[in-house]
Amino acid sequence: MTNPILELRNIRASYGSIEVLHGVNLSIGRGEVVALLGPNGAGKSTMIKVVSGLLRPTSGQLVVGGRDVTGAAANALARTGLCTIPEGRGIFPNLTVRENLLMATYSGHKLSDIEESTYTRFPRLSERRTQLAGTLSGGEQQMLSLARALATNPVILLLDELSMGLAPLIVAELYQQVAAIAAEGVSVLVVEQFARTVLGVADQAVLLAHGKVQVSGKASEIGEDVLAGAYLGS
Amino acid sequence: MQELLTFTIIGLSTGAIYAVVASGLVVTYTTSGIFNLAHGATGMLAAFTYWQLRFDWNLPAPIALFITLFVLCPIFGLVTERFVMRGLQGTSEVVKLSVTVALFAFMIGIANWIWPSDSSREAFLKFYEGNKVSIFGINISWHKLITFGCAILVAIVLRLLLFRTRMGVAMRAVVDDRALTELNGGRPDRVAIFAWALSAMLAGLAGILLAGEQQLNIEPLVFLVINAYAAAIIGRLKNLPMTFAGAAVLGLLDAYYLQFSDKSWFPQSIMGFGISGMRASIPTIVLFIALLALPQSRLRAGVVRIREQNKMPAWNTSLLGAVSLIAVVVAISGMLTRSNTLLLLNGFTFAIVALSLVPLTGYAGQMSLAPLTFAGLGAIAMSKLPGDGNLLTLIAAVVIVALVGALVALPAIRLSGIYLALSTAAFAVLVTKLIFNQKQTFMSGNISVPVLDIPFLEINTPRGRLILASIAFSVLGLGVVAIRRSRLGRRLIALKDSPAAAATLGMSLTRTKLAAFAISAGIAACAGALAGDKVSPQQYDFTQSLPIVLLTVVGGVGTVGGALFGGLMLGGNSVLATVVPTLKNVTKILPGTIGVTLGRNPSGAANQIADAYRSLTNRWSLLAFAAAGAIVIWILDAQYVISHWAFFIAGVFWILAVTPNLVGIMQATRTRRIIASIYLGIGVIVSISIDWDNAVDSTGKRLIALILLIALFGVGAQRVAENAPRIHRSSPDVIGLTKDFTDEELDHAERELGVVL
Repeated sequence: MTNPILELRNIRASYGSIEVLHGVNLSIGRGEVVALLGPNGAGKSTMIKVVSGLLRPTSGQLVVGGRDVTGAAANALARTGLCTIPEGRGIFPNLTVRENLLMATYSGHKLSDIEESTYTRFPRLSERRTQLAGTLSGGEQQMLSLARALATNPVILLLDELSMGLAPLIVAELYQQVAAIAAEGVSVLVVEQFARTVLGVADQAVLLAHGKVQVSGKASEIGEDVLAGAYLGS
Repeated sequence: MQELLTFTIIGLSTGAIYAVVASGLVVTYTTSGIFNLAHGATGMLAAFTYWQLRFDWNLPAPIALFITLFVLCPIFGLVTERFVMRGLQGTSEVVKLSVTVALFAFMIGIANWIWPSDSSREAFLKFYEGNKVSIFGINISWHKLITFGCAILVAIVLRLLLFRTRMGVAMRAVVDDRALTELNGGRPDRVAIFAWALSAMLAGLAGILLAGEQQLNIEPLVFLVINAYAAAIIGRLKNLPMTFAGAAVLGLLDAYYLQFSDKSWFPQSIMGFGISGMRASIPTIVLFIALLALPQSRLRAGVVRIREQNKMPAWNTSLLGAVSLIAVVVAISGMLTRSNTLLLLNGFTFAIVALSLVPLTGYAGQMSLAPLTFAGLGAIAMSKLPGDGNLLTLIAAVVIVALVGALVALPAIRLSGIYLALSTAAFAVLVTKLIFNQKQTFMSGNISVPVLDIPFLEINTPRGRLILASIAFSVLGLGVVAIRRSRLGRRLIALKDSPAAAATLGMSLTRTKLAAFAISAGIAACAGALAGDKVSPQQYDFTQSLPIVLLTVVGGVGTVGGALFGGLMLGGNSVLATVVPTLKNVTKILPGTIGVTLGRNPSGAANQIADAYRSLTNRWSLLAFAAAGAIVIWILDAQYVISHWAFFIAGVFWILAVTPNLVGIMQATRTRRIIASIYLGIGVIVSISIDWDNAVDSTGKRLIALILLIALFGVGAQRVAENAPRIHRSSPDVIGLTKDFTDEELDHAERELGVVL
């Protein structure tokens, strides 16, 4: 932890005049997988929006690789190696699978490389390359969005609610891929409602509630009672 | 057979031009969700620019073409996107459409200014004028061949661009999910600029091709290009091949009509109605049919988040407003010259028409581009019905037009947003072209509408009619306020905010929409029926509706005050043109210029001023300061320290520029507060210290100086204060729990919650 790759320093963020994050501190080391847990309305997705650059914090600093990038545009952050898979399906439903992959070339990788990496990992997508992404099954759509993270070799990966609306079996399969990505040295910040699924993969866990970090520590040390307390609001 | 073939080729070449225009329209609509009504005007400006370079300055054609299409058009598209359209994200369809109407008015104004139509100009020649080829015995000009070539080229290039290049794929990706495009590393802003630049180039190309066929005139050029809208709708605003097919059909229909209408067997009238306006109406009829064939617009669940907000009007302020409006008109009408009275009367007529948009567009969120058409129908009804203008005639006229309004709305009611707006536009054009030009309606070009006959009152003078119009506006305005406060008003608002939620609560959307259309048509009919003078069909032309819609939205279509503001602005604009003839050209572009700033302030100007005053209500120190300032200005005048003109100008400046800004300034950070205060202070000193009576020689110039002062210092100070970083406020879910509310926080909470004590 001497040299964190991603750091949030006292971040405050608001929608209009309603403040959602009231000073959040967080740091993620190289190759670390951090699980961001918390009940609905805790500010998890807002935090992902701030880190990815979609929402400008009202105060505080966002530091990536030692550089202050507060207020940088999302597209600029994306091109420097921050890969975000947003809530819902991170795909363009009215573009074909191949065109979705073409959009990933903004990261600087060649389309042929991205296609090769994707189709070897997910042969099913190879069969559907000219099909509109919106017509894929939920699991296939999530594979396609993960394919961007796998093929573009990012420095940091942000995952927001990967499991939303998917069968448990598929969720487990997807988290194997996440573990594979982490094994390659990518730092991952993952937001998840299913705490147990993600705690198996994560090194660290951070519990967010009411816009503030309530508990943080090793993933293995976060007990059921702490989770229940945070979710049920003891 | 030979003849048929010739007309087929003519039709297809017209269709080719429509196709190029329509594809540009589709490009911007799909990437930004903005239906650009000014698209045709862009083509018109490009044609004029090309004419200027090619025929007036005699540049060689390739150079002139290159400059126009590949330099000026992209720059124009870039500027439009960057400074006008980008601010429109998150606004309603009404505002988006109004801004393109503004752009439309602005460009026509510019063209009229730079290339006045009375100057005899060099002819606009076709490409390779005079050259023809003969295919199967039919002569085809090279120009037509080039037109076909361009359309095919456009089709191929667009297809390759949209499906084979990353920029094209990104253009489609932005439509799907703007945020995700950013997360992929794409730049949606650049994509939008590219789309607008491309669209401007396509419009320009079509404009130049069309001018070669039709000659260079502003109106026909703009409106022939508008016909391409029908083609775009056939392609459902996204399908390019269908758009091209639709364009071809339109071009063919036009050519065949031209061919057959010359034949002896072709009817000259149907059931006694002349059909001379038929050819010009074909695209509109096709548009109408295409709109009706559209599938029912789907109800979207979830709250539509829009930036415009209006408060519920209170009875006491509405009554006070109505009474003081009438009092002011009675007071000043005695001092006005006859011509100024007529101009102000005109303003009030516009204001009533604008008022008809408040329940329909402001409350119910349904866009109509045809308010003046209903006013025209009201005028016809009033003059044709027996009774010679007594109150019963007026009521009958209003009821009839309201029924017509509901009837017209019936087929269009399944549509929403842009499609509904276009269908009302189609209705307006059809009425103008097919009904207003019949001998049964506007007999010899104009008809005389009887003055409203009220017992014991003589209102034949212009002054009487002006006072009558102000009373009519006040009464109707109170009626609109009553609607807003009633059960129906809540239904209308529900229709706008969430049709899905309203439907699930068991509300009939159709009936509510019909009611909104009927009420709106009835109010507009009043404006026509109360004309009390000779009126001509030109007054109720579709094109005249556009500035009214625009300025009402600028004033604030959700409020009665906004309608008054919009109507008087339109009336005042013509006052400005008569008072200061040198500014005649400025007044041509004024409504457009005001309108394009809508993106910054989508709730309208009247609303903004009212809001600023409302925020003053429980800040006694600021109120005292505002009152003290006004009294000081009055004392200075009473003591003859300053002249009456300085009193007037400083007074208006104080009321419109200083007072509304006080709260904003107090809320800004310290540095910004000081800058804004100094800035406003300079404005006050300037307005007081200038010797207005002697240094400025005409009333018009003084008024313009006043407007400039307000714009420069008032709006300037507002921007300084508003864009300032706010003093940090605690979040609502923290304050009150861990610490007590401060007075300022209580004020803030009350304003946010809309609780006015």
